[in-house]
Order: sequence, then C-alpha cells, then structure tokens
Amino acid sequence: MCGFGGYFGSIRDGRAILESMTAAIAHRGPDEQGIFTAPEAGLGHVRLSIVGLGDGQQPMSDASGELTIAFNGEIFNYVELRDELRAKGRRFRTSSDTEVILHLYDEMGEDCVTLLNGDFAFAIWDARRRRIMLARDRMGVRPLFYTAQGGTFYFASEVKALLEVPGISAEIDPIALDQIFTLWAPIAPRTPFRNILELEPAHLMVVDQRGVTTRPYWQLQYPDGDQPPSYVDERSAAEELRALLTDATRIRMRADVPVGAYLSGGLDSSIVSALAAGMTPQGLRTFSVTFDSAEHDESVFQLEMAAALGTQHSAIACRTGDIAKVFPDVIRFTERPIIRTAPAPLFQLSGLVREAGLKVVLTGEGADEVFAGYDIFKEARVRRFCGRQPGSRIRPHLFRKLYPYLPGLNQQSPEYLAAFFGAGDEPLDDPLFSHRPRLKGTAATKLFFSGDLRAELKDYDAAAELIGRLPQDFRRWHPLHQAQYLESRFLLPGYILSSQGDRMAMAHGVEGRFPFLDHRLVEFAAKLPPEMKLKGLTEKHILREATKDLLPPAIGRRVKQPYRAPDSHSFSGPGEFDYVRGALSEDAVAECGLFNAKAVTKLYEKCRSRPASGFRDNAAFVGILSTQLWLQTFAGTRIRKAEAA
Amino acid sequence: MTQAIKEKVKTFIIENFLFGDTSYDLADTASLIENDIIDSTGVLELVAFIEEQFGIVMVDADIVPANLDSLARISAFIEAKAVPVTA
Repeated sequence: MCGFGGYFGSIRDGRAILESMTAAIAHRGPDEQGIFTAPEAGLGHVRLSIVGLGDGQQPMSDASGELTIAFNGEIFNYVELRDELRAKGRRFRTSSDTEVILHLYDEMGEDCVTLLNGDFAFAIWDARRRRIMLARDRMGVRPLFYTAQGGTFYFASEVKALLEVPGISAEIDPIALDQIFTLWAPIAPRTPFRNILELEPAHLMVVDQRGVTTRPYWQLQYPDGDQPPSYVDERSAAEELRALLTDATRIRMRADVPVGAYLSGGLDSSIVSALAAGMTPQGLRTFSVTFDSAEHDESVFQLEMAAALGTQHSAIACRTGDIAKVFPDVIRFTERPIIRTAPAPLFQLSGLVREAGLKVVLTGEGADEVFAGYDIFKEARVRRFCGRQPGSRIRPHLFRKLYPYLPGLNQQSPEYLAAFFGAGDEPLDDPLFSHRPRLKGTAATKLFFSGDLRAELKDYDAAAELIGRLPQDFRRWHPLHQAQYLESRFLLPGYILSSQGDRMAMAHGVEGRFPFLDHRLVEFAAKLPPEMKLKGLTEKHILREATKDLLPPAIGRRVKQPYRAPDSHSFSGPGEFDYVRGALSEDAVAECGLFNAKAVTKLYEKCRSRPASGFRDNAAFVGILSTQLWLQTFAGTRIRKAEAA
Repeated sequence: MTQAIKEKVKTFIIENFLFGDTSYDLADTASLIENDIIDSTGVLELVAFIEEQFGIVMVDADIVPANLDSLARISAFIEAKAVPVTA
C-alpha cells in the first residue's frame, strides 16, 4: 500500500516535480520514497512497506530495465501467480507482489490485470512501446487521478499531488457539486476538481504519443430476471459462499507485518474478524469506534464479539466535538465535499490503528452491497409492496420496521409514510426506482445553491446522467439486482471506499483490506437468486446462514444498523469551533459564491438551536461546510484573488 | 381570518423550510412533500408550530397529508380546528 505520481511527456524538471508530488502524498507511504525518470516519462513513489519489506522498493524496473512500475495496493494472489510464472521459467529478483505485475505485463501486456486478485492502482512505463499503462482494481478500492497540462499527461494517487504541478490549480466543478448534493458522490470519471478526472474502477488506460485510450477490463453483471437461477439449493450456495469468503480472507492475511481488523459490532466485520482470528495463532488485534450518543454507539456488541473471539481489542471514543475537531483534516483527505460526517470517526480510528503500530486492517466493507444488506434494498421492496395497493393504511406500517432508529419517521401516520417514500405513485419501471426517495431527499439540499450556481447548472439533471451511465442489460435484471448495481458501481467507489475508506485509512498510513470485495465472491453473489440475499425483509440471509457457527447468536441475528455519526449537532454547543463560524459566515459564503449566504446563516442558526434536525438540514449543513472547507483548502488562490479585488 | 392564518403559516414555511428564500414561488396548493419542502422531521416541526401558534392540540389522526401537505390544506385545517363548527 502506497502512493504514486507520474507523468508522460517531455518536461525539463521532471525529478523536481516528482519530488513535490510524492511529498504531497507522503502520508500514504511513510516508509520509503523513490523517483524514476526517463526522457519521456517519470514515476514517483512513496511506500508503506507491507510485502517484501527489504526488496520491494519502487519504482521497480524489470531485469531489462525497459519496464518500470509504480504500484499502490496489494495483489493478494501474487503467491499463486508467481508460482505459475516461475513454472514458465521466469526468475524473480524480489519477494514482492510488485514484481509479479511486471512479469505478468511482460507476458500479457495490459490484459495482465484480468489475472490480478487485489486492490490496486498502478502505472507501468513501457520503454519498448514508449507508453504508460494505468490500471485500477475492479471495485475501486485504490484511487488514481489524472489530468493534462501543457501537453504533458500527469497522474497520481491523490489530487493534492497533481496540484503540485506548475500550472495545475483547483477549481470546483459545478456539475460534480450538483452530483454530490444529489447522489452523495460525483459520477466518475468526474471529480470535484474541474479538468481533473479519475480512472474508473475496473478500467485500464494506455497513454502514448497518439493519445489516451481507456477501456473496462471487467464488469459487474447480474443474470437476466427471467433466467432460471444458477443456484437453487440454499445449503450448497451457503457452503460455496463460506469457502470463497474464507479464501478471500486467507489471501488478505498475507503480509510481512501483523494484520488487524476493524470491529464495528455488526454482522460483517464480526464475520471477517472471526475468520481472521482463526488464522492468527498469535492473536488478532481488533479496533472500534465508540460514540457518546446511544443511537450511534455499538460498543456492547463490539465488546461481546471481541470477548467471544479473544482478540486484543482497542477502542477510540468519538465524543461530542471530536468530529468538528478533525473535520478540516477529513476534508483535506477526502478531497471532496461530503454530505455526511461518517468519514470523521474512521479518520480517528485509523489513527488509533497506527498508534498501536499496525499498518493493515481487514474490514467488513462491501458485504452490504454484495449480499443486499442496506435498508435501501428493503425500502424498495416495501415501496413496491405498497404500490400494489395504493391507499392501503396497513402496508405503510412496514416502513417503521425499516428505520427504527429514525424517531421523526416512526411517529408518522401511514399516510405520511407512504407519501415520504413515494409509495404507490412512482413508475415501477424507473431504473432508479430503488433510490428515488434518497435522491429526492438529498437533492432538496440544493435549495441552498446560489443564483449564480443555479444559472451555471441550468437544467442539469444528475439522476438523468446516472441513468445514461447504466449498462444495456440493466433493465433486464431483477429490481434487487438493479439496486445492488447502483450501490456497488457508484456509491461504493465514489464514497464508501474513497471518502470513508482509502482516504481515511491512508491519512494515517493504514491499509484497509476487504474480503467481501474479492471479485470471485462478488461474481458469485451476483448470480445468487435475490431471495437468498434479501429473504422477506431479512437482509444478507445467505451470509447469515453461511457463517452462523462463527458468531454469538446475538450478533448473528442482529438487524443491520447502518454506520452513522452525529451530523450538524457535532458542530455546535460548548467548544464550538471558530473555523465553523468563519466558513459559514455570511461574508465567507457570499465570497465563495456557491451558496445563498442568507439562507446558510438561517440554516446554521437552526442547526445550532435545534440539534434534532432532519436529514435534509443535516446533509445541507455538512455539505455546505465541507464545500467551504474544500474551497479554502484546495482553491485558496480563488479566495485570495477575491480578497485582493 | 383565512388570509391571516395563511400568511402566518407561509412565513413559517419560508423561514423554517426554505430558509428565507422568498424567490420560491410557493403556490397555495403545492404539495410540501412532492416539492421537497418538508421531510419527516419537518412534519413534526410543523405540528409543533401549529400547536404553539394557534393553540390547537393535534392528535395523531390529524397528522396526515390531507390536513398538512399544502398551504391551503394547513390553513383550512387550522381554521376548522380553531373555530369549531356548531350545529
């Protein structure tokens, strides 16, 4: 796990630029730094040493010196791949997974990515063909951004490295902002930085003198809804699942340093911790966040699970005010506005892991996408159920079962519940049917957009763009699979694995590994009949069946409690932070020009006076504050210009 | 009476849910839910406002979109509750 930056093109001061780029992302690789330059290209790398501690320095060249790689991530099946390559007569000079990619590329060219099981982003300079190849893992665990400046192509693990290149500056992309305030994340390849893009998950790119070509090498696919199911016997499906998950965990334990685990107290991280504990004879270390507020805290379950597994458990408390304390740092690392504060406690948690001396943790991330764990899947099912009898007073009561933790919702009449969820009056063949209430509720935050921003956006419709990005087969899939695709293909890489995942962990030089996102498991789960995943309103049914011997009954039966953190409430009360007042002051908001300054002032006052704000107000508050911080952090020149004028 | 109630409710909605955005064309019959003006927490804020400002006690059966989902409906509901019709 590491970070890298580089360029393709002839520039004079390549080494100095690479020094600056790598320095900007030194947090990703505190152990080593390396630079490689050739007449037409350069690579810089910062290393977090995990595999091949003594001989895995990067950028790494092959024996011929013609292929050079900078690599961020892990290839978990590198042992098997190396054995196969050795059998073909290839000789290895190091014990690292990095060298395996070089050999594979030498054998297969860019198609080598199809054999890799891992979380990776890498760049290979191929001096023979005078080209750079870039690739990113299937699910989007590891990041890779790029842009062009002055005829030279630049790329890096984080945008802040690109901003070190002379001539590249940060300016907000209004379309991306609209997407964040509708979909929670920009639609890749777009990023919040105008003219700076990201390589999409499961894509590879070749850059040479002729230009840039990009193509997908893998796609998440589900069976046609009218196809006979691939699996009918639940027991055998559960056995296959268990075997795949065990192997996915086993190969993610590969490291030359100790591997720990996050333990939220929920089903997914408990399963991963249980499997990992069984593979760690010396004892597993587990890590959790606890909250002051009962509605967010899961410490009872964390401690029960840690005790059941006998792990050495550590927890960090996220107290009132802690989120506000770290929030500017959080935005510096997310590099994008966010509408929830949930990344902040994970920023604290990775700090705890690092203090404990660990660099690698397994987590349960991905299980909710792969095995249909999120409430949104159940919500869509209830909405369809209600839609079959519009006007029913009985059916909407089911919505209460979905959100027991939302008091505002649970006090509503059936009529209001049906109205809030659009149950009964929305077209069932809408490709975004499952997500419409969320998109609608989130888009309500755009009420705060300034007149100028609205004028710039004109009639832009983020949901319509999302529909345009769906694969041709999408409409033939079962509704649950459509909803799973939307979560897995967009929100997972765009928010969960990035803002909440890689960026929060790597802020403290910690690598997260996700057994549930092993592509073998993802492909297997996609083929499972919907009712094996969401059985009635029981989420992740087949996963529970496959792992029930691993967990205490109270954990195994737990209903999904979504990971949430206190939102606007975190930023008010005693110890209120000056930076919040400054960023949300009428002058500051007016100066940045993106939001209606007077409306923001009223919102701020409302959130301060009434801590129990609803979703819209909370999301707007966090979204606006994070956008203001983003502007201050990355586009400071724009603000300074405004001051000078 | 109706006009005065309506103005008071409209001011509350503009201040509390539209954050003072007077450019928003809030039609009397526009659905507050469909137009994303109010969410589930907002309904409870609206109920508290009606009870406090108009001295009305709202029972659960009153809290339905038929009574509260537009300016016109809210005004009519308040008027009906505040001035009981006698036989």
